[in-house]
Formats: sequence, C-alpha cells, structure tokens
Amino acid sequence: MLVRLEQRLEASKRMVYLSPLVAVFLTILTAMLMFGVLGVDPVKAIETFFIEPVSTVDGVAELLLKATPLVLIGVGLSLGFQANVWNIGAEGQLIIGALAGGGLALAFYDHSSILLVPGMLFFGIAGGMAWAAIPAWLKTRFNTNEILTSLMLTYVGLLVLGYLVHGPWKDPDGMNFPESRLFHDSALLPILIDETRLNIGWLIALLVVVAGWILISRHIIGFQIKVIGMAPLAGAFAGFKEKKLIWVTLVISGGCAGLAGVIELSGAIGQIVPSISPGYGFTAIIVAFLGRLHPVGVLFAGLLMALTYLGGDSAQITMNLPNAVTGVFQGMLLFFLLASDVLITYRIRFGLSKTRMKAGE
Amino acid sequence: MSIELLVPAILTIVTAATPLVFAAVGETVVEKAGVLNLGVEGMMIMGAIAAFATAVSTGSEMLAILAGAGSGLLLSLVFGVLCIYLQANQVATGLALTIFGLGLSALIGYSYVGKTFVGLAKLNISGISDIPILGPLIFGHDALVYLSVIAVAIVSWFLAKTRLGLLVRAVGENHDAAHSIGYSVKLIRLGAILFGGAMAGVGGAYLSVSYTPLWVENMTAGRGWIALALVVFASWKPWRAFFGAYLFGGITIIQLYAQGMGVEVSAPFLSMLPYLATILVLVIISRDSVKARLNAPACLGKNFHVSG
Repeated sequence: MLVRLEQRLEASKRMVYLSPLVAVFLTILTAMLMFGVLGVDPVKAIETFFIEPVSTVDGVAELLLKATPLVLIGVGLSLGFQANVWNIGAEGQLIIGALAGGGLALAFYDHSSILLVPGMLFFGIAGGMAWAAIPAWLKTRFNTNEILTSLMLTYVGLLVLGYLVHGPWKDPDGMNFPESRLFHDSALLPILIDETRLNIGWLIALLVVVAGWILISRHIIGFQIKVIGMAPLAGAFAGFKEKKLIWVTLVISGGCAGLAGVIELSGAIGQIVPSISPGYGFTAIIVAFLGRLHPVGVLFAGLLMALTYLGGDSAQITMNLPNAVTGVFQGMLLFFLLASDVLITYRIRFGLSKTRMKAGE
Repeated sequence: MSIELLVPAILTIVTAATPLVFAAVGETVVEKAGVLNLGVEGMMIMGAIAAFATAVSTGSEMLAILAGAGSGLLLSLVFGVLCIYLQANQVATGLALTIFGLGLSALIGYSYVGKTFVGLAKLNISGISDIPILGPLIFGHDALVYLSVIAVAIVSWFLAKTRLGLLVRAVGENHDAAHSIGYSVKLIRLGAILFGGAMAGVGGAYLSVSYTPLWVENMTAGRGWIALALVVFASWKPWRAFFGAYLFGGITIIQLYAQGMGVEVSAPFLSMLPYLATILVLVIISRDSVKARLNAPACLGKNFHVSG
C-alpha cells in the first residue's frame, strides 16, 4: 500500500484546531465546483452566500439571531457527545420547550407583567428538559438506545405542535390559519439593537457558553463527563455513576434546546407557527462537532452555520437557487470535517511500512 | 371487519411495510458485519428522489429502481470510505449522511415538486388475480413487493448458510480474529455497507414510485430510523425484521382506518403511533440488557485499523 495511515503516539493538538479550517476550506472549494456545474458564477455565488448577508448591520443582527439557537443547543449537545450520550432529538426538545413557553404566553394573554418573559424562559427550559428526560429515563431504566428514542420523540413533538396550532391554540380571529395569536409585547424578548430583530437571546446564549465552559473545565461533572467518554472503565473504577451522567447530559442538552426554542418563539417569531425551527436541532449536531465539542468552539461554529442559513436565503433571493443548498453545505461540511479529523489520531505516510517491507510484501 | 374491507387493509399494510423491509434487511447485513450506519434515512431519501426523477424523465420503472439503488449505494460509499478507511466516528458519519441526504434530495427535488408518475404497475395476472380475496392478496402487488420478500429470503440464506455470510458475521463478531486468519475486514465491511446502501435506496425508491408516486421534501418521514429500530427489534434476524416491518405497516395504517370507522381520536395522535410503537418496541427488546448484548454483533460500531 503506497498511502497509508499511521497511528500517532499522541493525538495531535494542532490538528484538532486545524481540521475544522481544512473542512471549511474544502467545503467552499467543493461548493464553488458545484456552482460551476450548475452554471452559476462560482465567485459571485460564494460572495452572495458568505459575504453579502453580513455586509450590513441588519445582516449581522440576523446572523447573531440565527446563531443564538445553534450555539445554545450546540453547547448542550457537546456535553453529551463528550460522554458518548447521543442526544439527536434536540429538534423535538426545542419544539416542546417552545410550546411550554409559548403556552404560558397564551395563558396569560390578557395580562402584562415583567415576570412573563422570565416565566416563559423557565417553562421553555423545563419543557425541553422534560422531553429529554424521556430518553434519559428509558436509557437508564430499560437500556434503550437514546439515539432512536430521542429522534422518535422529535417526530412526536412535531405532531404535538401541529395538533396545537391546528386545534386548541389556533388564533380565534386568525381567518383559520394554523397560527396562534400574536404574543403581547410583554411576552416578547427585549430588542438589543433598534430596527433589527436581535434580542437579548444572544446574550443568554453567550452566558450559556460561559456556563458550559465552566462546567466542562472547572466542575467535577465536566471532569466525569470527559473520563466516562474517553475511558468508561476508568470512570467506573473511579466510582463515577454512568447513569447519573446520562441523566445530567441529556437533561442539560434538552434544557438548552428548550431555551433555544422559547427564545426563537418570543424573539424572532412572536407567535406559535407550524414550523418553529428550520432544523436548528439537527444543524446544532454539526455545530457541536465543528466546535470541537468545546463551548467556545461551538460559539464560532454556530456563527458559521448561521451564515449558511443566511447565505441560503440570499442565494434564493438574488440568484434564484433553492435554499436547500444550505442543507447540502451543512452536510458536506460535516463530511469533510469527519474526514479531516482522521489526521488528529493518524498521520499519512507514503510508501511501504517497515514491518511490511521486512515481511517482503 | 368485513372481508371487503380487510383485503384493501392488508394491501395497504403491504405497501407501508415494503420500504421498511428493504431498508431494515439491508441494515441487518451492515450491522452483522459490525458497522452501524445511522444514515439509512439519508440513503432512503436519496433513493426516493433519484428514482422519482428518473421515473418522471424516462418513464422507465426499471431505470427508476436502479437509480434509487445506485444513489443509496453511492451515499453509502461515502460512509464506507469515511468510516472504514479514514476511521471516522460511525455515529457522527451516519448522522452526516442523513443531514446531507435530506439537503441534497431537497435541492434536486426542487424542480420535481408537483410532477406525477403513474406508479409501478401491479402484477395482475388476468384470471388468477381475479380470484376473490386470495387473488389480489397474492398476485395484486407490484414487482418491488415480491422483490422485497425474495431479498429477505436470500439475505437470510446468505447469512446463515454461505461461506461469505459466515465471513460477514465473523467480521462483525470479532474483527481482529477475522483479520488474523487472513480475511480483509475492510473489504467485507465495505461490501456490506454498499449492499445496505443499495437496499435503503430501493426502499426509498418504493416510497416515491409506488407508495405515493410523487415527490415531497422529507417524504421518508423517519422511516429510515424506524428501519434501524426494526433491526434491533429483530435481533439482527432478517425474517424477524420482515415481520417487524409488517407489524409497523399495520400500525401505520391504523390511522387510515380508525377514522373511517369513527374512532374519536384526532389525526395527529394517530400519526404518532408508529413513532411511539418504535419506542415501546425498543423498550421491550432492550429491557434485558444481557440478552440484548448477546444478540448484538460484538464489534458493532467499532472501527478497525491494522497498525504496523
């Protein structure tokens, strides 16, 4: 074999940080190639996709607005992924969190109180946590695979949302559209920059990044997560309770997703609609990996992935490309990232290995 | 229920089960070889759009199904290269496959929304298919339904009785041992992955050219994930996966018939049934952790790398 992988004695720290950059570079290169094939000027397309959307203050505000749920969910998921707990149902937890918070807003529709927004955020977190507690309970009690159960619950969550907006929570004066009543001002998050939609949700996301950072690097739970993830047996010897960590990571990630959902609802949308999220819960999985499962990394990765959403919209408007391009970009990016990650634990060697040459192969 | 209602009900169960049969049986082989490909949903949706696009533009059923199989296979090739040769994490790569497949199919399908296709022809042998009850039940399906049954039989025989099938299982149970007696773990696994990809692609193709012959974004609606659950449910046995798929087909169509029979449950709750049933089934099957571990291929999800 002329090209082969040789295991490094130690995982390369440098490659951990270089790999996402390599992946982004390869994605952009492939995207340009793809645009070329589609008959679109590649340079123009990349400009429309990645530069145009953030060339105005409003654009930057939209970027931060879209990054908010991605960062929030990404921080939560990265905790679980480090402990090999695969919560991929964040989308469902987002929806249930949004419904819990939004339900509160509708319940107090006739009242205005400064306590409403904090209450909604609290309910959002609780809703997401409750939805994530189901796979946690099933996993710890019945040994059920959390990947499948959390995902199935996402579909259930979507159907619950559909039921509520088509049924009991439909706006009575809404001409029969499947939408709830518009939230009152006191149920909306305060705006950060005038004339934009950017709200304090972004600041909450930043707080969660800091909290996640402290948890993973300074708190005993973070230490246990890392040990259980890297060496489950060592963790067991040290007396770490695996079941407790499954609960903690799932419930935290569910709470983050629920928070993201209610922020999306009372910040960007302002009422309950049939599609609350364009798949933030799934994109956040990519965000977590791209951010190296580290809260600060997740912050940057979230911004980049938010840009792909804006880019998709901008390409749709100015170049008439379907905004599904966004999904292709995101999937491609994860592929390239996973491929470049091989260089963290392996190095590429050319020529025959020494042992094989001795064996005369 | 009267017999006139029963026959169409069973026919609907068959159409709901067939895509699951293809995907689950394909994934059974993949997992038997020790590989966990969570990208079934992505491969199915790519199979669905490829088959539908081919059907609309060429009108050929044969080409449509081949396109479905081919696109599932191509996507699984990406998975194979990443996980087998580049040692990527199987869970993450499988998720990537699904995200990418959903995105790309939506991009390709963009121009196919609203187009229609007559759908696969039913077998319908004149004379025999007209026999009451048994006629339509046995001879009233399209070619893919029969193919799915044949595929289960072949896979079951292949895994249990053939030398290559034994190798697939050996690689899945203990890749180091299989490697040390001189078999190529990587090639065998790649073969299994590609087979699983093609089968998932055909399952997707069935959705878009037979079940509902039109293109809707995200039309697999979690069937790929249900197929993954079926593999666990079936304890990695092809025939059990087949019956599991029919059980799920039955649950899926309850929603169609319950309302017709005047059951007072609103539609979204009935639509939840397949997903809730999946969870329930997983709970029942995983409850006994020792037994669950004995059934699962021992090397499932573990990457293999020869050092030196």
